[in-house]
Amino acid sequence: MGNESYGTTASGGLWGWINARFPLDKMLKQHVTEYYAPKNINTWYLFGSLSLVVLAMQLVTGIYLTMSYKPAAAEAFASVEYIMRDVEWGWLIRYLHSTGASAFFIVVYLHMFRGLLYGSYRAPRELIWIFGMLIYLALMAEGFFGYLLPWGNMSYWGAQVIVSLFGTIPVIGDALSEWIKGDYFISDITLNRFFALHVVAIPLIMVFLVVAHILALHEVGSGNPDGTEIKKHKDANGIPLDGMKFHPYCTVEDILALAVFLLVFCGVVFFAPALGGLFLEPPNFEIANPMQTPPHIAPVWYYTPFYAMLRAVPSFFGTQVWGVLVMFGAILILFFLPWLDRSPVKSIRYKGWIAKLALALFAVSFVVLAYCGMKPPSGIFPLLARIFTTVYFAFFLLMPWWSRMGSFKPVPDRVGRNAH
Amino acid sequence: MSADVDQGRRRLLVTATALTGAVGAGFALTPFVASWEPSARAKALGAPIEIDISKLEPGAMLKVEWRGKPVWVLRRTPEMLKEVDQAKPFLLDPESLGSVQPAYAKNETRALKPEYFVVLGVCTHLGCSPMEKFQPGDVTVSADWPGGFYCPCHGSKFDLAGRVWKSVPAPSNLTVPPYSFVSDRRIVVGTDATHAA
Repeated sequence: MGNESYGTTASGGLWGWINARFPLDKMLKQHVTEYYAPKNINTWYLFGSLSLVVLAMQLVTGIYLTMSYKPAAAEAFASVEYIMRDVEWGWLIRYLHSTGASAFFIVVYLHMFRGLLYGSYRAPRELIWIFGMLIYLALMAEGFFGYLLPWGNMSYWGAQVIVSLFGTIPVIGDALSEWIKGDYFISDITLNRFFALHVVAIPLIMVFLVVAHILALHEVGSGNPDGTEIKKHKDANGIPLDGMKFHPYCTVEDILALAVFLLVFCGVVFFAPALGGLFLEPPNFEIANPMQTPPHIAPVWYYTPFYAMLRAVPSFFGTQVWGVLVMFGAILILFFLPWLDRSPVKSIRYKGWIAKLALALFAVSFVVLAYCGMKPPSGIFPLLARIFTTVYFAFFLLMPWWSRMGSFKPVPDRVGRNAH
Repeated sequence: MSADVDQGRRRLLVTATALTGAVGAGFALTPFVASWEPSARAKALGAPIEIDISKLEPGAMLKVEWRGKPVWVLRRTPEMLKEVDQAKPFLLDPESLGSVQPAYAKNETRALKPEYFVVLGVCTHLGCSPMEKFQPGDVTVSADWPGGFYCPCHGSKFDLAGRVWKSVPAPSNLTVPPYSFVSDRRIVVGTDATHAA
């Protein structure tokens, strides 16, 4: 007995049999077909699903690359050339992966900016923001470890500079950087280790964090450009009046967004995979040479705002650790955003000119710092970097004050047809 | 049954068990943390090296790899040593007080023998390898450049004794590794055991 109550093929078919043993139907309803997103979400809300697609693409292309790549100092560079020249479609898989890295950061930066625009990090969504920031940190680590793998000269010296950052920490610095490298210099041992972290450890952590990010989102519900809560107004069945089913409404939007994204993405992959040295840097087409630093070291574009901050700070008291602290501080401070923002409204739509100016200055400082970080540290660039590092930090540190200043427009209670 | 449970005793046992477990887990981490230390092979490959300097001409520089880092041996001419003498006003740490070098290289020329300058060619800022810009007035650095080393990464400048200039990112002079002369024509880098002071 009991067979009947556990969904035999006779009673509910295969679907019933599965659902009696695994909450497939329940999960699909909860997260897809009966998840309600606000009706008024706009283009800015497409980058979350796009980053999920890019993550999937990086996982698939990455797995394929490991099938031909050799994580050893003596073979790594040649194995990448082998992938490019001899492996069937290897060039495409590698360019998808290398362009995918930059695309990942583009969609993630836009996704994060959406958060700033509409106050997506405000209560009750603080944990979504924190999981998101942890994903961003993991992404930066993933990019860093992955960048060493081609074993080009820029790979080598980029890793050298970043690992040296840990060497600037007083007292334990040298031992710590030796521990990270597993050698007295960036060597075969370091490469092998970074490979393990890049293909196993960090991706596992990232997938876990993405699940947590989405679970937290689906627990509290999606935000919207008005900064209101659609759960406040529900119909008799408990369904938000201003909500729409994630599937098919959002999925269709997301598929259209993906099509547009892929048009641009494939354009880069097929016609300009190096994107003028921005996505793949020219010195990396030469094999790593511990004896010869490239004439100008710049990280890939997505790290350059923080790199500019690192260089903007001079050494004091015989140590260079201050620049390192400023650089890590610039990332760490983002975690505190939900508590720094004291504005009575969430969305930029109902904020005054002070908030709009502050956000504009922040966006400008991020872009200028990114540019400074790509340029050699001479001429106007060190000064620009110092000014905009100050602006960047002022945005966050003064936020508890400026976010409360000025006048605010009343926030509508419901999502209206003519709200904007 | 639940009425006569000693809650205090239960809490104590649970806490004590959890703490013991945490200590055990901490010990279990040891191999995974220690596994990242340089391996026996890495340590063996990082052993001292011997350099033949018999064919090094005055004004020329030899680059040798030791522990993956460039070791420079510069045979300084009298003019170069004069520049070292005159560089002082530009320097952040002319006496090498806040810099890393063996005691026998903590002098004006930062060398055992002033003629031979042995140094790690690694910028003390973030580990790039500075370039040799020995020509005074080299316009790729600046018109009033007296000659020395220039780091292309972040613009740090060093004189011909590896001493850092003021207001550059590098916080200290280039590091002098332990070394000694085995004979007039051979030096050993990585140990100063045979050095007779």
